[in-house]
Amino acid sequence: MDGVHDLGGQQGFGPVVHRADAAVFHEDWEKRINALYGVAVRAGIFNMDEYRHAIERMEPRHYMSAGYYERTLTSLATLCVEKGVLSWADLEQRAGGRFPLALPLGPGRSNAADAQAFHIGDRVQVRLEHVSGHVRAPGYIRGKRGVVVHISPAYPFPDAHAHGVPADDEPTYDVRFKSTDLWPDTADNAFVHVGVFQSYLIPAA
Amino acid sequence: MHRIEHTVPSMNTPTIAPLPQRAAAIEAALQAHGLDAAGGIAQGVHNAEDVWLPERGARVVAKAWVDAAFRDRLLANGKAAVAELGIELPPHHRHLVALENTATVHNVICCTLCSCTAFTVIGLPPDWYKDLNYRARIVRESRSVLREMGLDLPDAMELRVWDTTADTRYMVLPHRPAHTQGWSEAQLAAIVSKDAMIGVARL
Repeated sequence: MDGVHDLGGQQGFGPVVHRADAAVFHEDWEKRINALYGVAVRAGIFNMDEYRHAIERMEPRHYMSAGYYERTLTSLATLCVEKGVLSWADLEQRAGGRFPLALPLGPGRSNAADAQAFHIGDRVQVRLEHVSGHVRAPGYIRGKRGVVVHISPAYPFPDAHAHGVPADDEPTYDVRFKSTDLWPDTADNAFVHVGVFQSYLIPAA
Repeated sequence: MHRIEHTVPSMNTPTIAPLPQRAAAIEAALQAHGLDAAGGIAQGVHNAEDVWLPERGARVVAKAWVDAAFRDRLLANGKAAVAELGIELPPHHRHLVALENTATVHNVICCTLCSCTAFTVIGLPPDWYKDLNYRARIVRESRSVLREMGLDLPDAMELRVWDTTADTRYMVLPHRPAHTQGWSEAQLAAIVSKDAMIGVARL
């Protein structure tokens, strides 16, 4: 989905506040919730694609103002309520106040019918498509051309896996793009590599 | 799938519960549902604090520096190579790619869509890695961001940015500093930082 989570290449963001000994967690509940969502995944309540998509489904102002572990917490709670494992009213009663969840799930999609395999060195193009559900192609590579540099084993197709839609696993390709092809005139000079699912790619024209 | 009523956060409804209370609520509710939330949290916190530490990745790097055959195996199949050192990846991380820095090539990793990392190898991501600013800027303003973070790369050095958009995971294999000739593997491991394995520092 074209959501606020799709941050790559967005402009206007400020300096990265970096410390050499930067913390992973800042509060005790963050550690606990990071562990707890893993418990829920291992218990089979939801999968990692559902987890990531529920974060993307957060209301945009909530997403942007929440820290990383608030997004984890919100996704965990949303999916447990949607799957019927927990009740939203019970969560709010236990929490002693409102417990904002993510917005509803829309339809997903299966693998591209005309998807084809590629090899290292192939020139590929990212399909020019706009997907309302979960998708792992960042907007900044849409329609862009690059070269395959690695091939991964097959993975669940996120666009289907986040929505309970049947699909075949498919490989991802690490595709090398030139930053100046992605953002002509307004990018630092670099190669940008993106892990791209097979269904998102076509041979470069 | 149960139908639920969703609402947009707004100012004129009862107060949103503080985060520690929301976290405690879901923990208690899952425990009441029959899940071993307490046990799972204890195990997960132990992993985060005592197991998934950058010292693990540092051992991988030091070994690759002193053992050319291991380096080759690491570059060919990262997941199998780190398993030789007893380091496992979660089941959904099916592939680990080690990205080798050289005197003329530098690699840096990110995740623009969320904050994915090879956390069982290089440690859980630091706060700035998960921050919106890093996620938005590192792919486009790469050299500027690295410079702000203290790494000023020469123009002639090739920069490769890796966006973790699938479940393949990456780690940077830093370039071994020239002054470390003759050092032991343990001495070498001690200088390898999480920042260097993310690629926002060179050693």
